Amino acid sequence: MITPIGLTKEDYWDNLLKGKSGIRNVEKFKDYASQIAAIVEDFNPEDYMEKRDTKKMDRFTHFALAAASMALSDASLDLNKVKDRKRVGVIIGSGTGGIGTIETQLEILKEKGPRRVSPFLVPMMIANIASGYISIFYGIQGPNATIVTACASGTHALGEAFRIIKRGDADVMFAGGAEAPLTSVAFAGFSAMRAMSTRNSEPEKASRPFDLHRDGFIIGEGAGVLILETLENALARKANIYGEIAGYGMSGDAYHLTTPDPQGEGAYLCMKRALEDASLPPESVDYINAHGTSTQYNDRIETLAIKRLFGEHAYKLAISSTKSMIGHLLGAAGGVEMAATLLSIKKGIIPPTINYEYEDPDCDLFYVPNKPCEKLIGVAISNSFGFGGTNACLLVKAFNGSIA
Amino acid sequence: MEVLEIVKGLISEQLDIDEEQLEMKTTFEDIDADSLDVVELVMALEEEFNLEIADEEVEKIKTIGDIVSYIEKQIA
Repeated sequence: MITPIGLTKEDYWDNLLKGKSGIRNVEKFKDYASQIAAIVEDFNPEDYMEKRDTKKMDRFTHFALAAASMALSDASLDLNKVKDRKRVGVIIGSGTGGIGTIETQLEILKEKGPRRVSPFLVPMMIANIASGYISIFYGIQGPNATIVTACASGTHALGEAFRIIKRGDADVMFAGGAEAPLTSVAFAGFSAMRAMSTRNSEPEKASRPFDLHRDGFIIGEGAGVLILETLENALARKANIYGEIAGYGMSGDAYHLTTPDPQGEGAYLCMKRALEDASLPPESVDYINAHGTSTQYNDRIETLAIKRLFGEHAYKLAISSTKSMIGHLLGAAGGVEMAATLLSIKKGIIPPTINYEYEDPDCDLFYVPNKPCEKLIGVAISNSFGFGGTNACLLVKAFNGSIA
Repeated sequence: MEVLEIVKGLISEQLDIDEEQLEMKTTFEDIDADSLDVVELVMALEEEFNLEIADEEVEKIKTIGDIVSYIEKQIA
């Protein structure tokens, strides 16, 4: 994990439970309407790769490689002992890829002309290069792809990796998301959409999912990469299993570029399909790691979709948005949020939704306000919805130690 | 500064290699520079010495010595 509140899984998790906000004022955005972001600080890519290689990569790839390296060691997976590296693959999602590199090189093009544009521009900015580098670093020749579905990229990447393993196309997959969108042009673009919070005087209170006075999301950067493998593989090597991915649902809103369907049909459908994929009833779900962006639209409509699908059970669920602390990591969100979901299952405690102060009559569920909540979780889902009306939901179960 | 010293400095900076490892007979292969690295280096040389190196010329360059003699000829 590379997040605005921790550069390791342990720090990330500890700070989630402490309710720490990673959102602060950003000097370079002081002339923008929104002047706050969730920045990754004190990260040195040279801790994970040669300095020479760092220069040929965009920041999102630095994050992805660092997260992949940590995931591999956390999984105690020795790739030299994996029977066949041809059956190890990778899917890293990213919404904006190397947008910072495009911005820098565009300046060079304008100032110095086409002969000065870097030969590394293209291999730095293409969104699939993070997957490419991971495959090169680890010599893995299984499925290699990326997913670009805006804020749903990370969850789609995990879901597709799950499907790849289930179909038998790979035994092990690196999967998750990486994003480095805190560049001037990207920030200006999001700002122009009026989708970002302008609570500039109180950055730590700006991300307030489901609170009545929420006023937009806060962009963050980072990466979350997980190791997925077949149960046989995991059991054979006595792996530390965090949980079992049991269902994956996808849908399209078919409604508007950026505004969610008012009835939450897309969100409803992807959650319903994840449950059906796992052959589980709605009542089996204990926890939802919500998309919960802190925009008026998302939080109201996600709540509506949850109520439509879960009925009375919606009021018994624990729902929290870790975006209240780390902001919105766009294409990386699904990766870091699935990690939080699995750790919640493993540890029996759910990170809170911080900054929850004023009840919104449209958001009347239990959002784990401000303090973590101890709860035995058998089944959890994690939601991600992206611009373009793309929705993904992943369902995970506690692993009880035997093959079902 | 001598051309050789400037070229060594540029390569050292770009590829993160100790200047002491760079000699006139060092090839791109020796320092593990692929075709994209070479293009980037050529761009840095063009900028530094304010000249243009045609692609046909780049193909002839194999060693640091080749770079130095080409540049010395151009700026003489």
